[in-house]
Amino acid sequence: MMAFPHEEPVQTATDDLVNGIWKQNPVFVQVLGMCPVLAVSNTAINALAMGLATSFVLLMSNVVVSLIRGIVPNQVRIVTFILVIATFVTIVDYVIQAISLELHRSLGAFISLIVVNCLILGRAEAFASKHCVGRSAMDALGMGVGFTVALLCLGAVRELFGNGSLFGFRMFGESFQEWTIMMLPPGGFFTLAAWLLLIHWFEQRRTGTETDREVVE
Amino acid sequence: MKTSLPTDPTLTESAGTPAPQTASIYGVVLSVGIVCSLAIVTVYQLTGPRIFRNRVALRYDAILSVLPEAVTVIPFEFDTTLGQFQPAATDDADSDAVFAGFNASGELVGLAIETEGMGYQDTIRMMYGYSPREQAIIGIRVLESRETPGLGDRIETDANFLSNFRRLDVSLESTPNQLAHPIEFVKSGNKTAPWQIDGITGATISSRATAAMIGDSAADWIPRVYPRLVDFTATPQETR
Repeated sequence: MMAFPHEEPVQTATDDLVNGIWKQNPVFVQVLGMCPVLAVSNTAINALAMGLATSFVLLMSNVVVSLIRGIVPNQVRIVTFILVIATFVTIVDYVIQAISLELHRSLGAFISLIVVNCLILGRAEAFASKHCVGRSAMDALGMGVGFTVALLCLGAVRELFGNGSLFGFRMFGESFQEWTIMMLPPGGFFTLAAWLLLIHWFEQRRTGTETDREVVE
Repeated sequence: MKTSLPTDPTLTESAGTPAPQTASIYGVVLSVGIVCSLAIVTVYQLTGPRIFRNRVALRYDAILSVLPEAVTVIPFEFDTTLGQFQPAATDDADSDAVFAGFNASGELVGLAIETEGMGYQDTIRMMYGYSPREQAIIGIRVLESRETPGLGDRIETDANFLSNFRRLDVSLESTPNQLAHPIEFVKSGNKTAPWQIDGITGATISSRATAAMIGDSAADWIPRVYPRLVDFTATPQETR
């Protein structure tokens, strides 16, 4: 948890927001919380629900951790943060059950497992315990959006190929043959690998020329 | 128990706090714990009725799909002291009840029974409908399953497989304490008798599991409910 990539000194609230969405994207750059990312990204709906649930927990826990950071003794900060996170996870669990039991079933155990998503404790420890409420909220929003978008990227691709649909709507004709493997666990790994390849290729193309020049010099 | 603490949220700076006393450490964790528990209890109280309604709605949806002729549904429980089935006291979504379906004129059209068993990946939960008039199972509905998409989950979608349960013979022997023919699972295309279930090629384990859980449950329940069909009435009777 502590071995985080060192955070760049960001200044404004907008920087905090963009940081999570792109520069430090939890899935594509930090590669955190892979368990739910691979497990519940089999359809776009599941991915969206998981992303929103995680974002809510992230936002609320960051805000609360930031609020109580002055009174929590250093020795018990992890216990206290986990307590706060677990509370919000339980709340989300009940709320999802109240919204739809079908959705709750398709997300399975992964709702409760948000509590061990290292992204959330990571942000509480690395950011919210050191910054004011406003910036902690922006950081959580950025990370939450980044996580949700990344999950959607995986979920949309997997559902499209694995089931021929997107958000439950049929996208292809009757003759489409589903790639069932995309809905199964291996499909998660394939899709994640493809996205990582694509995003890092873009990143490298953007910054690669400079690195090459330095090497030449 | 609870020590008084500075809980003012505007209190912000922490960097240079001196090493706190043990009492204050316990105090903080305890207070945070109490506040968290209160939050959880509040949310549980607020969402509880809604979750309960969802569960009941999901179950009734399944009951009406396995007993298409039913208009009203009443849960019944077996009363061991009276030795007969009685309308269940509560509409408890978790109760181990039999659901009797009645048509508009109050006649019993069938019983819906819940069962579960081990599938390929995890427990499968199902509801099936039993028609005493036809002495047959007339429909099934999967309540919960995590079978492999595209393979095992065909137990929910495969029309050929589901047609097994449109009129699956569960008639009883002349001394009605067991099924005349136990439900049998056969390989796809080998069904010859009305008490056999045709499997799905490529979903052998899931379809076999379905047949087994329905077979076990039917062998257990149907000899118990059939002799006591008189108990299942739309209006509760005072004396019998």
